[in-house]
Amino acid sequence: MATEQGTRTSSMAQALNAALRDAMRADSAVHLLGEDVGALGGVFRITDGLAAEFGADRCLDTPLAEAGILGTAIGMAMYGLRPVVEMQFDAFAYPAMEQLVSHVAKMRNRTAGGLGLPITVRVPYGGGIGGVEHHSDSSEAYYTATPGLHVVTPATVADAYGLLRASIASDDPVIFLEPKRLYWSKDEVDLSAPTEPIGRAVLRRTGRSAVLITYGPSLPVCLEAAKAAEAEGWDLAVLDLRSLVPFDDATVCEVVRSVGRAVVVHEASGFGGVGAEIAARVTERCFHHLAAPVLRVTGFDIPYPPPMLEHHYLPGVDRILDAVAKLQWED
Amino acid sequence: MTVLDHRPTAPVPSWLPDATGPRSDPAPLLPDTSPVRVLGTPELAKYDPELLRDLYRRLVVGRRYNQQATTLTKQGRLAVYPSSTGQEACEVAAATVLGADDWLFPSYRDTLAVVGRGVDPLAALTLLRGSAHTGYDPRITRTAPLCTPLATQAPHAVGLAHAARLRGEPVVALAMLGDGGTSEGDFHEALNFAAVLNAPVVFLVQNNGYAISVPLTKQSAAPSLAHKAVGYGMPGRLVDGNDAVAVHAVLAEAVDRARAGGGPTLVEALTYRLEAHTNADDATRYRVPDEVEAWRAHDPLVLMERHLREAGLLDDEAVARAAEEAEALAATMRAQFHAEPQFDPLSLFQHVYAEPTPQLREQAAQLAAELAAEQMDGQTAGQTDGQTGAGA
Repeated sequence: MATEQGTRTSSMAQALNAALRDAMRADSAVHLLGEDVGALGGVFRITDGLAAEFGADRCLDTPLAEAGILGTAIGMAMYGLRPVVEMQFDAFAYPAMEQLVSHVAKMRNRTAGGLGLPITVRVPYGGGIGGVEHHSDSSEAYYTATPGLHVVTPATVADAYGLLRASIASDDPVIFLEPKRLYWSKDEVDLSAPTEPIGRAVLRRTGRSAVLITYGPSLPVCLEAAKAAEAEGWDLAVLDLRSLVPFDDATVCEVVRSVGRAVVVHEASGFGGVGAEIAARVTERCFHHLAAPVLRVTGFDIPYPPPMLEHHYLPGVDRILDAVAKLQWED
Repeated sequence: MTVLDHRPTAPVPSWLPDATGPRSDPAPLLPDTSPVRVLGTPELAKYDPELLRDLYRRLVVGRRYNQQATTLTKQGRLAVYPSSTGQEACEVAAATVLGADDWLFPSYRDTLAVVGRGVDPLAALTLLRGSAHTGYDPRITRTAPLCTPLATQAPHAVGLAHAARLRGEPVVALAMLGDGGTSEGDFHEALNFAAVLNAPVVFLVQNNGYAISVPLTKQSAAPSLAHKAVGYGMPGRLVDGNDAVAVHAVLAEAVDRARAGGGPTLVEALTYRLEAHTNADDATRYRVPDEVEAWRAHDPLVLMERHLREAGLLDDEAVARAAEEAEALAATMRAQFHAEPQFDPLSLFQHVYAEPTPQLREQAAQLAAELAAEQMDGQTAGQTDGQTGAGA
């Protein structure tokens, strides 16, 4: 339980910064590296003050080359360090995809368990901040389609801290997706209070009419939609996945079976997206409990639009409520 | 007088550590354009005869290893083998120049260097046999897995060397690459990171003339691949890649320099692959026999034996002993590959994550059920046969 002393107002950015600081204090093997993580503290200031406290070796400003950054982190991890890599923006991580897919994800498997890579790759992702192109991608499906990676995405301030600490402590590589439009969201929270571990979904709101299954930047949108749905007489549950790999089939199915109607909400494109996987899994496991098909509310299947048009792209409250209305309401 | 002459003097950039000149002296970085050679020169006398005989022995054994592995592909016992025949001098030198605490980062062609590190010959070939990805524990001999993607192991070498240096441990990493690998972005990023971090790492490029079929002239317009070091601020060295003593000497110097805190070196070894890229390749489509024959005359084994004999450092007995050792290795390889590899299909799920995800547990259970059903089918079939036999 949170103590009065421990509870204070924190933004998600501050929580992430505190998680990095506490992890570095707790374990000298934790090293940060990336472009601008040192004196600048990262373009989002997530590594603010860490170079000053831990020195330039443990909070390393690297040359600007993502494959080089991640490839170097692999070698560091092979020698017993726990590197935390910052990829400055979602779309800037793509040059490192070969290192990620061919080596980070596979090293444990390639070496029959000899060389696990405890690397955390922090990726600020998603839109809604008015970023110009290549600054707003939701890249999670690339990562979830790659066996060997854990894919984690917090939606709350408490999870930002708890899941990042857990990711750094994990002996497996973790893609840690930070919803950048929630960086400045604040909460009264005791960061030291334990959160649910990686791999468990959390019901953020109970409801009997339908469940909105979501994660990361779409969680606040879903909570807002659930609030708005009250006016229409709908009682919506909201489930925050928190971790895409491992996927919490047990909790998802338990909620879907009890509610009978489900909508998956995410802002990445829908085709071949995480929502498609969730809809398929739920259908395979809960078919006889479903009163309606599982629907998806996602971004369109287009490259992320220019910032002045992004509000047309991002799934909002109305689009979610439209989907809920489509669930063949009879009762 | 031109317009440029009126250009005001630029202020000294504050981020330059020493505004009086470039950040590193280009002169010692520039490659000597004639490759280092030791065999056939008076320099040879400076080397320990034991080292020379050991290099010779390793060359002979290595050649036999290459031959036997190639034969195994023809018998279908190896899925594929990228032979390093003709390049044994580089392989042998890479293995012998490193200490037990150093790390080797080989490419897919460097099986011989891996064996030279003490890895079991069969274990070094499991990737190419197709029975496992890496047949050895990289931690034991400090030898990374054979790397199939080009040049991606180079930044790993940099990161490992950097980490060792941070811990104050005198460890050097040696990354092995081919000429084709120098065109990859990871090669350049690795060199740049290594130089900026002053990492104790050595890059050995075995320039064997072709990236599968594409000749060096279509791979790089640089005067040499060693020249590529200069732009990153590290020394580039050229060596005759078929002169085992020269490769050993140049690599040893680079390793010593790295260990002493002098930073990375790029070594280009000029060599030639006498065989095709792999057994699946037809090298006659892209190179002429005359070229191959010319290089055969510069064969690393031939050079070594001739020059050591001339120097009175090698006799018939030592030659016979090396040949004997080579044949014994070949026999061991044949015996090992004759035995069918043993698999546990359920091991597929064991090393994806430290702890399997719930999804992998489900899939492992599915495979286990399939295996049990297969086994039961087999038993039922056996019983039926037996009953038929009893009834007849």
